[in-house]
Amino acid sequence: MKAIRGLKKFILFGAIPIVIFTFVLVVPFAQGLFLTFTNWDGFEFNSFVGFDNYVKSFQDPEFWTTLQFTALFVVVSLVLINVVAFGLALLVTTKLKVSNVFRTFFFVPNLIGGVVLGVIWQFIFNTALVSISKTFNIPIFAESWLNSTDKAFWALIIVTVWQSSGYMMIIYMTGLVSIEQDVLEAARIDGASPFRTMMSVKIPLMAQAFTISIFLTLRGGFMAYDVNVALTGGGPFRSTELISMHIFQDAFANGNFGTGQSKAVIMFLVVSVIAIIQVAVSKRMEVQR
Amino acid sequence: MRARARIGRTIILIIGTVLSLSYVMPFFLVLVNSFKPKPEIVENPLALPVVFTWDNFGQAITKMNYFLSLTNSLIVTIFSVGGLILLSSMLAYYLARHKTKLTKAIFMILVSSMIVPFQALMIPFIGLWGQFVSLNNIVALIIFYQGFGVALSTFMYHGFISNIPMELDEAAAIDGASDLTIFWRIIFPMLKPITATVAIINALWIWNDFLLPRLVLTNDAQTLPLSTYGFYGQYTAEYGQAMAGLLLAVIPIVAFFLILQKQFISGISSGAVK
Repeated sequence: MKAIRGLKKFILFGAIPIVIFTFVLVVPFAQGLFLTFTNWDGFEFNSFVGFDNYVKSFQDPEFWTTLQFTALFVVVSLVLINVVAFGLALLVTTKLKVSNVFRTFFFVPNLIGGVVLGVIWQFIFNTALVSISKTFNIPIFAESWLNSTDKAFWALIIVTVWQSSGYMMIIYMTGLVSIEQDVLEAARIDGASPFRTMMSVKIPLMAQAFTISIFLTLRGGFMAYDVNVALTGGGPFRSTELISMHIFQDAFANGNFGTGQSKAVIMFLVVSVIAIIQVAVSKRMEVQR
Repeated sequence: MRARARIGRTIILIIGTVLSLSYVMPFFLVLVNSFKPKPEIVENPLALPVVFTWDNFGQAITKMNYFLSLTNSLIVTIFSVGGLILLSSMLAYYLARHKTKLTKAIFMILVSSMIVPFQALMIPFIGLWGQFVSLNNIVALIIFYQGFGVALSTFMYHGFISNIPMELDEAAAIDGASDLTIFWRIIFPMLKPITATVAIINALWIWNDFLLPRLVLTNDAQTLPLSTYGFYGQYTAEYGQAMAGLLLAVIPIVAFFLILQKQFISGISSGAVK
């Protein structure tokens, strides 16, 4: 009787979400893992091929270009987003009448999806800056940044930092505000300089904010797709394709489902290993209060 | 000392003003150029419009099927977020109140699934679901969002519910309340703050999502990010119209944010510090 009642309650409260979760996420994920070891062509498979798909993925020179480009993008965007966001958080937690206005301005880019932002900046780089450079004679913008690989990389970074720093700013802001006033008071009485207080008191006490923010920017960097598609579209000559876009192109544009999926599995492994290491390392640096 | 503090503040004020203006500069460009005819934009994109025209907006609204995609985006976002609140709060309540090996395992699977990037399963996902449902279907999209969003939402609810004392449930059960009554009448109203967080985080994600709708929906039923992208791709050279289209795409979510600003900020900060 009790078991039946328990089962009824489980079905009532948990069955629907668990069934949907299983079929939408778990099954395709498991299937995807399985299919990389077969000769799947998007519709059917008839034999197992071992690690062939993975070997082929690593033999693809464009995949290596993408991996390098993605690694560079992740590192640079991670550092810049967090530095900028922390700076913005310091700025908006200073007691000024207009702090809240600043906060709103910094946050707004984050509300809007990467595609729309990417397209806005495409107009800025391709049209607005080119026209301004003609009028005011600024040679650096004379040709669109999106036409050369190096400058397109920085264009991607600028847009990503501009988009994400507002969100991370809120996380750092929460961390800064949560530090108790009496600790800061004690540091002041002990004669600690503002810089010293920052390095030895504030940052260690809000280490959790760094853990979260670095985790989110790391994951976001690897998964970036929208801004990439809308801003550079991978061009010029597929030289600015991040890994998400590369997988999409490989599978859906070129029909290489086998290698596309094994590259996706490689991406998953890289993201999880790096994220787990990062969280473990930063957790160790957090101070227990 | 005081004079120095005042100088410091002034410097911070100046830096803040310059930075916040540079953060909104792109939107300012979109705004001013959406009211200009094309030659004026090419001549000087920074200037205010000389010939002020609404024409761009009319063109953009028709060409990007604005009201249809706005409605689609609203339907998808509202029903997906509503469903996620309903399903995850109930699941989290069950998992938090019944600690068995099975429920712990389910919770662990949910939590670890959050690290899986969508890209890692999108190819088999399309292969699997393309066979069963005609993918061009808003209802299917809403169900997919339940699957992809349930882990994070359940996780956030779970932490919150664990802090609500069991005695509340027990007292109500002694008074003869059913499981559903206990949940809806007693527990759910107490979840308001975390429900706000869950709603805002999911709404931002679903409203702006591009990859999943791009794979699932076709041309007749698009969401706003899809139709904006398609429209801009087609009419890139019509700068004025493109800018008007972008402005129209940006307005709804910014307006929503300005109305609920406090909830947004506190929602994100409590959602992040899980």
